[in-house]
Amino acid sequence: MRVEVGPDLDSFRTAARGLLARGVSPEQVLFTEEGSGQGSLLAPAVVPASAPVAGLSVPPAFLELAQKVACHRSPERWGLLYRVLWRLTHGERKLLEVESDADVYRVLTLAKGVQRDAHKMKAFVRFRRVEREGEEFFIAWHRPEHFIVRYVAPFFARRFPSMRWSILTPDASVSWDLEQLTYGPGVPRSQAPEGDALEEMWRTYYASTFNPARLNVRAMRAEMPKKHWATLPETRLIPELVRQAPQRTSRMVSPKLELSESSRFMPEHQDLASLAQAAQGCRACPLHERATRTVFGEGPAGARLMLVGEQPGDQEDRVGRPFIGPAGQLLDTVLAAVGLEREQLYVTNAVKHFGWVEGEEKQRLHAKPGRSEVLACKGWLDAEVAQVRPKMILCLGATAAQAFLGPGFRINLSRGQIFETPWAKAWMATFHPSALLRMPDERARAQARIHFEADLRRAADTLRALG
Amino acid sequence: MDVRKKLEILADAAKYDASCSSSGGKRKAGKEGLGSVEGMGICHSYTPDGRCVSLLKILLTNFCIYDCQYCINRISSDTARARFTPAEVVRLTLDFYKRNYIEGLFLSSGVIKSPDYTMEQLIEVARTLREVHGFQGYLHLKAVPGASKELIDKAGLYADRLSANIELPTDGDLKKLAPEKSFAVTGGTMKEISARVEQSRAERQESPKAPKFAPAGQSTQMIVGATPTPDAAILDTASRLYTRFKLKRVYYSGYSPIPLVDARLPAKSPPLVREHRLYQADWLLRFYGFRVDELTPPEQPDLSLELDPKLAWALRRREAFPVDVNRAPREALLRVPGMGVRTVDRLLRIRRWHRVTLADLARLRVPLTRMKPFIVTADHRPTGLIDSSRLAERVTPPSTQLSLFTSAREALTGEL
Repeated sequence: MRVEVGPDLDSFRTAARGLLARGVSPEQVLFTEEGSGQGSLLAPAVVPASAPVAGLSVPPAFLELAQKVACHRSPERWGLLYRVLWRLTHGERKLLEVESDADVYRVLTLAKGVQRDAHKMKAFVRFRRVEREGEEFFIAWHRPEHFIVRYVAPFFARRFPSMRWSILTPDASVSWDLEQLTYGPGVPRSQAPEGDALEEMWRTYYASTFNPARLNVRAMRAEMPKKHWATLPETRLIPELVRQAPQRTSRMVSPKLELSESSRFMPEHQDLASLAQAAQGCRACPLHERATRTVFGEGPAGARLMLVGEQPGDQEDRVGRPFIGPAGQLLDTVLAAVGLEREQLYVTNAVKHFGWVEGEEKQRLHAKPGRSEVLACKGWLDAEVAQVRPKMILCLGATAAQAFLGPGFRINLSRGQIFETPWAKAWMATFHPSALLRMPDERARAQARIHFEADLRRAADTLRALG
Repeated sequence: MDVRKKLEILADAAKYDASCSSSGGKRKAGKEGLGSVEGMGICHSYTPDGRCVSLLKILLTNFCIYDCQYCINRISSDTARARFTPAEVVRLTLDFYKRNYIEGLFLSSGVIKSPDYTMEQLIEVARTLREVHGFQGYLHLKAVPGASKELIDKAGLYADRLSANIELPTDGDLKKLAPEKSFAVTGGTMKEISARVEQSRAERQESPKAPKFAPAGQSTQMIVGATPTPDAAILDTASRLYTRFKLKRVYYSGYSPIPLVDARLPAKSPPLVREHRLYQADWLLRFYGFRVDELTPPEQPDLSLELDPKLAWALRRREAFPVDVNRAPREALLRVPGMGVRTVDRLLRIRRWHRVTLADLARLRVPLTRMKPFIVTADHRPTGLIDSSRLAERVTPPSTQLSLFTSAREALTGEL
């Protein structure tokens, strides 16, 4: 028997009720859709309308499923629904609980397909604003996979109650006039508005919120199938964003390496003695012009602790050895107090030439080196670290610490903490001893001295713990 | 600076926050209003990193007085800076929402002047959207750790979700990389939120008209891989946050190298798969009855990158298997590799009506090869496999999943 149903759930329900009442089993009936032109050889049977059959009740879960399945584009859906309905009413009342049953599985699959399509419609409809006679309208063109316009439209009415909007699809359209939903026939894409000024802003957001370090095109395509791309304004950016991603990521991973100017003066064979000698001829920054000589680091290769200061001072410049002025004497005192012997350490500076300005009494006044001088000299520091290979590096002052960790490093915030770094297993920064001599406020000076001693003691302990 | 340029800077600055959830809670606009929240969130787009775009996720400003080393917006970073006015954010949110681009707004900010001042600015945006424009879309506000109780209380009345970021898995990690932040201060803010959420729930049971407070609860984010801290400590912190503050979610964000990075931080991201394994383990803690020390025992404090955490556990605890799918209690079924909560609940229903076979499982679309050595069905019993030393090899999925290789190739060829 061939039964024709209008492609909606109500018409199926009427037909199914009649069939069930007459005891027509699923094998005996073939459902076709109005206007589908199928089975034209056979006139459709007319199923007499039937009053609700006494004792015939179906679980509410079935009605809920049927509502979704009815929206599916597949022509098998009516026959399938009838088969499940038949089984539910013929001794298998709990059939829907057996999700591994072939029929139930199929019904669930169709329902899931519709559910997903509905979800994508809620997600991918893109309204475009147009003005007509001073009123604003929002119009979208969308291509759903199934017949879901009526199923989804109430969602948009709840969400956008104060906007006049229309959603156009190839199968059907729907409009909201602030009061009610009105359904109409399908509309070709050519009748929808072309664009919206705000789309450029949306694309800006889309491109900026994308993180190129996590490129995962497959995951994107799984959730945003290409068939929807045509109506999503942001998708035209995708090829370019993907193409640029590896390049952008590598820029993030290795920020522009600042090649040290001093590399031009490096000796071919590198040990501490030949480095010290070659450094005498360094012209990597202008500091050499006013300084007497290069003050290179000193101490044994293989020293376990390396101290790095800022730059030589007046006395160091005259004698040619690091940390021998007032700051050096203070350092020696504290080193002795915490049980570290100067002779076993490698002591050097981040910048190897004395930078100074002339004072009022023609004396040479210390001038803090700039970032460019620190970078110019970094090659020597790196070479010293490579030769000495210390277990621990202790930086004295911000200039030394920033030579390693970049200009973001703050002594006040990170002083005394131990970090694991590429240069040494343990790395710490503390005050420069000359800061302890120069601080104008007496209480602050005393406080800093306490911190300084504690940091050096901690460094000594760490060094012992490192074995 | 025009709004588009600001958007470019402030969306870029916000993209390292992983959360984009817009689910939970229920809202409906009045006739003159705009917006709705209906339980499940909607992802309106996906970027080529595979992540969903659900909310307009931006910072109010990326000026910041803090110096957290993993953060691109730290005071010492020389990134481009911008600041939206609250009115600009309101306009942008409404304009995007009306075109159905987004579910709502996720607003965060660098800390300017003080935590309280910053929090007031965020609240002003939320208040304007709700009270002036009748906006009922989703609002996620960042709760600035250390902001006053009164401001947190106010924020929760407008927001669907509040989140205070824990940032790093241990207090020691914070001391190193985010010296201005601490577990104590962030925990205080979380505690205030959870107390108010609970209070509001109780009040609404008494009277449904009582005001809602952050109906979608609170979440937090932890950056993974910026410090050597092992997964065991990460999961331990997460699990304590779930119990103490009733968090809805802990987001794990694999540390992403940021431009002009500090040398104390790794120059490379942790493998994406680590983040994935942490989410899997997090799920097992919350919904499958696992404990942290079962997933990351002391002798193995990091999750396996090759095996999912449940499979890794099962291989360590072979004596617990095989499990009979027709008889075992729910808790035992949940521990079978490849068996999800939904599959388990389906099986419990199905087995009331007939004996479950391999064919049933196949139709439920479970990963049968992985599961078979661990289960007994009406027509299957594993033979000696459980004791086999080659079991791990047999059940390990090929390691191609989550590889970045395919995407890199796609980038090269332009094939999409």
